Amino acid sequence: MSGIIGKKIGMTSIYSADGTSVPCTVVEAGPCVVTQVKTVETDGYVAVQLAYGDAKEKNAPKALLGHLKKAGTTAKRKLVEFKDFANAVNLGDTITVADVFKEGEFVDAVGTSKGKGFQGVVKRHGFSGVGGQTHGQHNRQRHPGSVGASSFPSRVFPGTRMAGRTGGDRVTIQNLKVIRVIPEQNLILISGSVPGAKNSLVILQK
Amino acid sequence: MSEIIKMVEAEYSEKRAGIPAFKSGDTINVHVKIREGNKERIQQFQGTVIQRKNPNTNGETFTVRKVSNSVGVERIFPLLSPNIEKIEVIRRGVVRRARLYYLKGKSGKAARIKEDKR
Repeated sequence: MSGIIGKKIGMTSIYSADGTSVPCTVVEAGPCVVTQVKTVETDGYVAVQLAYGDAKEKNAPKALLGHLKKAGTTAKRKLVEFKDFANAVNLGDTITVADVFKEGEFVDAVGTSKGKGFQGVVKRHGFSGVGGQTHGQHNRQRHPGSVGASSFPSRVFPGTRMAGRTGGDRVTIQNLKVIRVIPEQNLILISGSVPGAKNSLVILQK
Repeated sequence: MSEIIKMVEAEYSEKRAGIPAFKSGDTINVHVKIREGNKERIQQFQGTVIQRKNPNTNGETFTVRKVSNSVGVERIFPLLSPNIEKIEVIRRGVVRRARLYYLKGKSGKAARIKEDKR
């Protein structure tokens, strides 16, 4: 699985040749540094570890700085491992977006969704609510209704969907089409939306 | 808007510069490319601009209204669409609002717009 780490910039739209407007997300992807190459002999599996984004050296743990020093690089914001990386890479190489992705390919985008705080079941789980405000309906339009039966089983089953903290989860969106790759600015345009807020980290993989 | 987004949208700046300035109340003639099988032809749609939406973005659209055989017809065009061959401004109008929804309920003499003779 090849991939790259990036930062979500925002959304715009691009017209395709037949005139349809394609909504797309602009992601600043890479350049990433190869910080570790794992092999079957040393680690038992094949993987490549990439690092993206500059961080302040004073905020980085010393152990991490030592690890990054082996690759000849400075403090980074995020390290991600990709199993079975398609390109042959060496420690310390720089990977750019054009090395990994081409226009027309389908990629998966992984990000942390926007936090929504404590939300009810209508927003959190897509319950439909009560549906009407008349026929004696009082003040429970967006309530979950019954959460189970009575004396049998005398308890609520684990996993019953209820209100709670919403968003802020790791979310993967699969099969998003690459609309454009702009290697000069390390940009990639992906059809559709990508989880997370602007400036949040996004992992693109295929 | 982010500088990077502006840079991505800059690829349409040449096309945007080639479009004449028009606003709500103007009468324009839009030349639209129509594809029928392998053939391509140009269809014209002439009417009053009743709104422009999402200005200065790639998704900018405008709505043109005309009355055809006493039936009101409204068409929404994406401003930067490659299917729009040309836009001609026929007549400039004086209106006091950006969205001319009030024209929908009017017909004949009541639906006139004063010409801007400046």
